[in-house]
Formats: sequence, structure tokens, C-alpha cells
Amino acid sequence: MTAEETAEETAEETAQVSAQGRAVGTPSPRVDGRAKVTGSAAYAYDRPVDDPVYAHPLQATIARGRVIAIDTVAAAGVDGVLAVVTHRDAARLADTEDAELSVLQSDAVAFRGQFIGVVLGETPEIARYAAGLVRVEYEEEPHDTELRADRTDLYRPERVNEGFATDTDEGDVDAAMEAAAVTVDQIYTTPMEHNNPMEPHTTVAVWDPGGGFLGDARLSLFDSTQSVHAVRSTLARVFGLRPDQVRVMSPYVGGGFGSKGMPHAHNVLAVLGARAVPGRPVKLALTRHQMFSLAGHRTPTIQRVRLGADEGGRLTAVAHEAVEHTSRIKEYAEQTAAGTRMMYAAPNRRTAHRLAALDVPVPSWMRAPGEAPGFFGLEVAMDELAVACGLDPVELRVRNEPEVDPESGRPWSGRHLVRCLREGAVRFGWEGRPAVPGTRREGRELVGLGVASSTYPYYRIPGSRAVVAYDGRGRYTVRIGAADIGTGAWTVLTQIAADALGCPLGAVSVEIGDSDLPRATVAGGSSGTASWGSTIVAACRAFRHAYGEDPPRGAEAGGEMPRDPDAKRFSMHSFGAQFAEVRVDADTGEIRVPRMLGVFSVGRVINPRTARSQFIGGMTMGLSMALHERSVLDHRTGHVINHDFAEYHIATSADVMDVDAVWLDEEDVHAGPLGARGIGEIGIVGAPAAIANAVHNATGIRVRDLPITPDLLLH
Amino acid sequence: MDARITLRVDGRDRSLTVDTRTTLLDALRDHLSVTSPKKGCDHGQCGSCTVLLDGRRVVSCLTFAVAHDGADVTTAEGLVQEGEPHPVQRAFLEEDGFQCGFCTPGQICSAVGMLEEVKAGHPSRVTDDLTGPVTLDDEEIRERLSGNLCRCGAYVNIVAALREEADS
Ligand code: FES
Ligand code: FES
Repeated sequence: MTAEETAEETAEETAQVSAQGRAVGTPSPRVDGRAKVTGSAAYAYDRPVDDPVYAHPLQATIARGRVIAIDTVAAAGVDGVLAVVTHRDAARLADTEDAELSVLQSDAVAFRGQFIGVVLGETPEIARYAAGLVRVEYEEEPHDTELRADRTDLYRPERVNEGFATDTDEGDVDAAMEAAAVTVDQIYTTPMEHNNPMEPHTTVAVWDPGGGFLGDARLSLFDSTQSVHAVRSTLARVFGLRPDQVRVMSPYVGGGFGSKGMPHAHNVLAVLGARAVPGRPVKLALTRHQMFSLAGHRTPTIQRVRLGADEGGRLTAVAHEAVEHTSRIKEYAEQTAAGTRMMYAAPNRRTAHRLAALDVPVPSWMRAPGEAPGFFGLEVAMDELAVACGLDPVELRVRNEPEVDPESGRPWSGRHLVRCLREGAVRFGWEGRPAVPGTRREGRELVGLGVASSTYPYYRIPGSRAVVAYDGRGRYTVRIGAADIGTGAWTVLTQIAADALGCPLGAVSVEIGDSDLPRATVAGGSSGTASWGSTIVAACRAFRHAYGEDPPRGAEAGGEMPRDPDAKRFSMHSFGAQFAEVRVDADTGEIRVPRMLGVFSVGRVINPRTARSQFIGGMTMGLSMALHERSVLDHRTGHVINHDFAEYHIATSADVMDVDAVWLDEEDVHAGPLGARGIGEIGIVGAPAAIANAVHNATGIRVRDLPITPDLLLH
Repeated sequence: MDARITLRVDGRDRSLTVDTRTTLLDALRDHLSVTSPKKGCDHGQCGSCTVLLDGRRVVSCLTFAVAHDGADVTTAEGLVQEGEPHPVQRAFLEEDGFQCGFCTPGQICSAVGMLEEVKAGHPSRVTDDLTGPVTLDDEEIRERLSGNLCRCGAYVNIVAALREEADS
């Protein structure tokens, strides 16, 4: 028996779930925990398949030009090579509008490392060896990969990421700066960075050509993705298939941090390979090296921040102008200054974004796009203003707290930044901070404390659907094509469903990570819990509405994400205050971060255990961004030369000492039925600035360029 | 060139024919479908592929399978005894010492190997007394596990999990 009940916009259905729910708010262990610690969790490459074929990509070794000859004879002749596919013989794609995904469709090379072919072999060793035998001749054109603020070809994109306006201008910033008693006008830079999820991007693709009477082609993939439905709809479009001809499965994902939020070129390459060996699964796992050109990255940013204030530190002007790069073939405009628009009260405000389109790989989302680099600039500038005004940096922020969103004029759904700052100051021992930078020395170490604010918008993305089924004997299954990329979503959704159905946690299984499940939006923008969770609440309510407490076995009901009327009436953001202690070796410049504390305001926390892991994981990535991460583009070759973990450093355990996070006990009554805003990204926002500000407090040296390396601290 | 070898993997004898270019990691994953060791870099830089080889932790991507005929290999999956997770695995669960879980089997094998090294008195870079027994404090744990990267940033919880182990 089935009953399809689409949730209506009734008061009952948008009401908040009861705070007395049994599972929500408890630190339930992860439902996928045992599989992960024992290693039985099967990620994309690990799924057992019959008779696999191994793909090894060929990549361009120039940054711009054309392939004029490609000799695959020797490679194709290797015993065990099944096919070598290049632009000369690859299947034509049905839709080539997205140039990143228009793989092997022409001889053009738009960035170094671009796919120019793929070798398919019976073993990985054979495919790799044969790939080394392919000889390519290019017609090279001059390339340009260098971002500078004084470029004459900077342009104004129509909009920036997430659809934000490119520029905003209110009042008269220049006049206010002129008149201000105290000013800061500085340039801050953040480097190109790479997401580097620990699991390389992987696709296992099987092409079944179909045939016979009404026999449709079918494409199946095991993929490492933050959205099975985005991969399905995109690949269907690119290959001219109906979505129902494509199935994407991805129950376990080894991290993504944005880079798996949308399909990239390797998905298309794997399918092109699969079409060359129909019926056999083609395994394509990018190597760590390849990920530096093919899986997205964060653009470098050059940010000019200007602050004007009166003697008391009250801001009269805030301007934040960012220069960034994008690839020549596809625009991605990081919203670096967008967060500044709502952060502090000032009558005169300006933000702007300008892009240089370069011969670089395609940039994309990386954890907290916009806010992560933007709050390095803004929050270091705020620290500089505090010094210039002779004010405590916590007090400076408190003085500039806006009553309503300065940008939209809307009331806040819940802005508790000041509480976060004050609570953190007490917990962290802020009053012991050296008043004069560079004055506390303990042995060889200079010691300092720093603070920065964090924020991240509340996103709830419509378009998800969930179905609840009763399996008999008190057990329910909830189906939604969501993704758990390490966030804890699988566990949290189980908790939400159990409470919404009013049954014990153990009575509910949630199925995720398969495009055959009801469609779900992307695990991105810290939107998963709010979007999928409220969808599940709607489905569970529809189920109870249709069947009551005693459903027949096989009963089924579905629900869509309810509308969010408050999202238009309120300005909704998560907030946080981040504190860091640093110790700088006076002789070597080595920087240690013995303590970090984040105090966050995120609405209701569904699972304190997984939430804390998300916060401290984000803060740890922020520490890594502060001290280690920088992708070095060699402008002569257009190549990221430090393209592995030996040279692109990410924080490891020796770097990470005491990182802790706490949060305000609250719910956001405007944030849908769960009262929860996002938590996945805010941890990285502000963390690098807190560390940079602590470095200044310790040494008196102001570092405005990330990462902060020891050489910058040696006189 | 192919070679025939036997490996004892998680308590079972497995015979296989490998290309002499096949790493131990690929032999486990592609030939034997033992997929708990993960490939995060294939260059010995991340630790995801860590297994216990004759009781000692190694990055299995950095050694050829053919060089280990007759060896005993334990992966995270093999640490489970009669359905019961190893105490280190339980401690990871308890402290939420992971998020995406991709680095986790390697972290756990590395931790198990590391605890044995400590028991045997092997000093590390941060050990003060190179001759005496090692006290496994947080600094020692962090130093000794720094070959295992975790992009999710679960380090604080991993150290907490091993602190529990060190105390017990
Ligand atoms: S895969 Fe072996 S160390 Fe990274
Ligand atoms: S848990 Fe994701 S990389 Fe460690």
C-alpha cells in the first residue's frame, strides 16, 4: 500500500519539532561508525565489480594551445591495453556548454593538466605504463597564469558565487575615509588552495549500450560525490540521456569540502572510457597529483580592506574589494567580500569583486567559499583598527554590532556574536592577553593571543524529497538521496526521523547516497541538515497524517521540503568567535598554536558529538590555511609545482594541539522546523585571522599574506 | 613480469599472481579485494594505506607486493576479533576520532603499530630520555601519528582516543 502525501504549507507542518524529542540533541554515535573504524565501509573504488578495466588519464603538458599530433600506436600495442581514447575518437557529447565538462571534444588545451586522453587497460600497471608511451605534439600559445591587482584586463563578473551581487555601494566611502579620525587601508592576500579531500575523486562507470526492442542505454556509476542527483542530471545532459537512464551510487564519501559538490571532468572522462568498453566497469581514480589540476581549487585573492572609524572605534566606513582569478574556459567568482556586507554597522559601505580570466584550471567551491578568504582580510583589518584606536579587539567588535542587517535592513533571526565573543573571552582567559604586542616572552618563545569573528549564511535549498516506509515489527525506512561526506548527516537524519516519527532511534534506518532514492540537494553550503532534515520531518508528518500511529506494513508516504517564509523576512546567519594562542620561537620563527577555542551560535545542535567534530575539523583546516597551505603556480609552465602532500602541506597531528569548540544553547525559531542553522563551514571562517592576530600580539609583526611562515617573522 | 606469491592477510592465506610493479596496497585492494587500506596519495605521504606488515606499521603503497612473499599482513578489518572491534577501534568510536572515515583504517593500524613501538621502548623525536621507557603523553602521540593525515581534522579526537588507550 502506498500513499503519496505532499506536505502542504500548514502551520502544523512548518511548526518546530518538539524540543523534548528523544534523539535530537543527544550525542548519538555515528550510524556508519563501525563500518568506518573496521574498514568495511566501501567507498567508490572499493565497491566490488566484475571484470574491471583501469583507466589512466593523459594530461596536457602545456598551459595553452592545441594538440597537433598524438601518437597512440605504441600504447595501443601494449598487451592488455583495451583502448586509447583521445579527442580524435571520443564519443561526441550532447551538451558542451560547460567547458570544464566538454572533455576530449577538440584539440584545444586551456590549462596545464587538462585531459587529452585516457588509456584503458586490464590492470592499473598496464594502463599507466602505456600512458607513458603516448607521444603528443603541441602548438603552444603564450599563456598567462599570474594574478595581479594591477592587471588591465580585470573584469566585473555579472554575479558572484551563490548569486550574490558583484558590487555594493552605500553612502560615500571615500568621503567617510577622508573624514575619519582613525583609518586602516591595507592589502591582504590569500593564496591558491586545494580542497584535497583524503579520498581522491573516483568514478567507476559502466556503460550498458542497451539495444533490442525499446532497450535503452544505461549508465551506472559508483562515484565519490556530495550530490548523486547533481551527477546524474549533469551527466544525463552531457551524454544526451534521460535522467532515469543514469544511476549514481555513493554511500560513503571520503571528504569533499566542496570539490565533490559538482561533477568534474573526470566523471565525463570515465564515461567516455566506459563507452569504449561497453559492459565493463571502468575504474578511474584521480591521483593526488592530478587533483591539483582537475578537481577545483580556491582562487588566490588580493583584498583591499579600508576601515574608517571615530576615536571610539565606531566604524564610519567599510570597504572590501577583492581581485581573484577564474579560468578562461569557465567562470567561477568567489564571493570574497560578500560576508563583509552584513558583518558590522557602518553608514558607508562598499564591496567589489574583479576577476582575471587566466589559463588556469577551473576554480570552484572550497569550504566556506567567500567567507574563508574574505574574513582573513576583514578580521585582520579589524585587529589593526583595534590597535590604531587603542581598543581591545573584543570591545571593538562589540561597539560595531549592528541592530539589523546593515545590507538588507532585515532583523536578525538570531545574531549572538557578542555573546560568543564575551563567552569565549572568559573561557579563553582573554584578560591575560599582553596589552602591548611583542612583550611576553617565555624562554625562547614569544606568546600572544588573538581573536576574530566568524559567520556563515543559513542556506536551506529547496528541491529535496523524502519517503518514509513502514517495514513492520516497529521498523521504518526513510529514503533520501542525501550524502554524508563525514559531516554526520547520516546519523543526524536518523535522529531527526526517529523524533519526527516518535519512535526509538534504533527503529529507523535511513538510506542515502543513491540517485534511485528520492532526489536530494547537494551536501554543500552547510545546508544539508536544514534542507534534508526539514524534508524528512515533512515526510514523517505526512506519514503519520495518513496512517496514524499504527500503520499497516508497507505503508509509505513522502514529503517535500517545506517552504521557508521566514528566510525572506529575516537575515539568517550562523556566528562565532574564534580565539587562538600562538607561540613563536624568537630564534627560528617557528609558530605553534597551543590553543584554539571557537564559540558558535548556530541555532539548535542536533548532535553535539558530530557537531563538535565539524567545528573543530573546520578550525583545524583554518589552522592549516593560516600556517601551511599554498599552491604554488609556476607561471612559466602554468603548473602547480607543489602538487602532492610532501609539498602542499596540510596540518597533521603534530601541528594541532588543543582545539576546542562550544556553542550557545539555543534554537533559531525562524530556521525551519529544526531550528538549526549550518555548522559545516563556519569553523574555518575567522580561524586564520585569529591566528594572524595572535601572531601580531606575540611578535608585533603584522602578517597580511597567508600562509604565515617562519621567514616572515625573522627580522 | 608476473610473480606468484602468498600473503597471509588478516589471518587467511591468499595466493595470487602479481605484476612485479604491483604495490602491496594494489595487491590487497585490486587483487584480493581487501579494501580497508585506502589510497590517499600512492606516494607514502598520507598514511591512508597503513597496514601492519609482520607486526610493524608500513605504508603499503610504498613497497612492492613481490617483495613480501610469505609475509603476514593485518589491515584494520583484521583487527576485528570474533566480531569485536579492537580496543583502538572502540576508542575511535567513543571519541569520534574520524569524520569521513577515509584515513581511519590507516590511522588505526598506525596507532596499533605505534603502541607496540612504545611498549618496546622505541624513542621518537620528542622523547627526552632515549634509553628509558617511553611515557605516552599527548606530545608523543601527536608526533608518532603525524604520518597519518586527516583532512577532516579529527586529530584532537584521535589523540583523545589514544590517550584512553595509553592510560589503560
Ligand atoms: S596512499 Fe600510501 S601513504 Fe598515501
Ligand atoms: S576522517 Fe576524513 S580524512 Fe580523516
